[in-house]
Amino acid sequence: MSKSLRFLLPLIVFGALVVLLVFGLGKDPTKVPSPLIDKPVPAFSLPELTDPQRRVDNDDLKGQISLVNVWASWCNSCRQEHQALMALSSQTDFQIVGLNWKDNAEDALAVLRMTGNPYAMNGYDPDNKVGIHWGVYGAPETFIVDQQGIIRYKHIGPIDRQVWEETLQPLIARLKAEE
Amino acid sequence: MSPRIKSLALSALLLLGSGSVSAYTLEEFKFDSPAQEAEFRDLIGKLRCLVCQNESLAGSQAGLAQDLRNEVYAMMRAGQPKDEILDFLVERYGDFVLYEPPLKPSTYLLWFGPFVFIGVGAFVVVRTLLGKKQAQDEPLSEAERERLQALMDPQRDAHSSDS
Repeated sequence: MSKSLRFLLPLIVFGALVVLLVFGLGKDPTKVPSPLIDKPVPAFSLPELTDPQRRVDNDDLKGQISLVNVWASWCNSCRQEHQALMALSSQTDFQIVGLNWKDNAEDALAVLRMTGNPYAMNGYDPDNKVGIHWGVYGAPETFIVDQQGIIRYKHIGPIDRQVWEETLQPLIARLKAEE
Repeated sequence: MSPRIKSLALSALLLLGSGSVSAYTLEEFKFDSPAQEAEFRDLIGKLRCLVCQNESLAGSQAGLAQDLRNEVYAMMRAGQPKDEILDFLVERYGDFVLYEPPLKPSTYLLWFGPFVFIGVGAFVVVRTLLGKKQAQDEPLSEAERERLQALMDPQRDAHSSDS
């Protein structure tokens, strides 16, 4: 080992450690990556929130791109996200499907009445029966499901303009092109 | 209501309240045998609550932890083996739901990294110690001896003139 390398080595090791730690600090530990990406939507069937006679199931997520949004009336960030969803609901490239999670129907319906309903349909899951199968651990969460019913992406936290423009919109455009 | 009865009623209420808080974990679950209960405790101790990430399912009061406890309990009662229950949760929530990360290529660095560091450290220590010994044993060359003498002579003069 040459002399200069011997003195440089600790510096190089230290530098590598700093890079590693900075990289680690930049990650948000509350965002747990989903193992369901690129897997089919777990089998489910739930009553529809506004019309309990109807069911929402896997077949409803086939044939077009779906943005499956996990929400609840008790969830503050969901309210914040609600406006963004309202703005997106007029788009025709995809449908917005709600998963009303650990909520009660009365409160959930009140939110939709007061702030508008961006959802094509809403699965009502008050006891987290389906949420567990989707690996839901908080609200809001949003899954992008392609035309074949495969989960392609999961966004944790509210959708805002930045998330939409930088991540979701390009992804949906790509899925649309696959058709 | 007299103040005395009022305070009695209040403390009774508080007592009830505290009881329901501390009894949230296992009171509601019924087991066939102590062994089954022990297995359930062991299982929920191995699983992480994803909302409050530094708590296990056994220790967490979060709503999600309660749901997952119920699910684990239901699967156990249905006779599913432990591994299947853990796999069920890993398939949905990822390895992160386990407190102890599984041994697989992506975690080799995590599991074996510390031993690699110990090995490298031991190698450096041994090398340094051996290197030092060699340096001590090496005799001075003729030129070095002369130079050392030259360096030390003026010093000796300085000392002798002081005394």
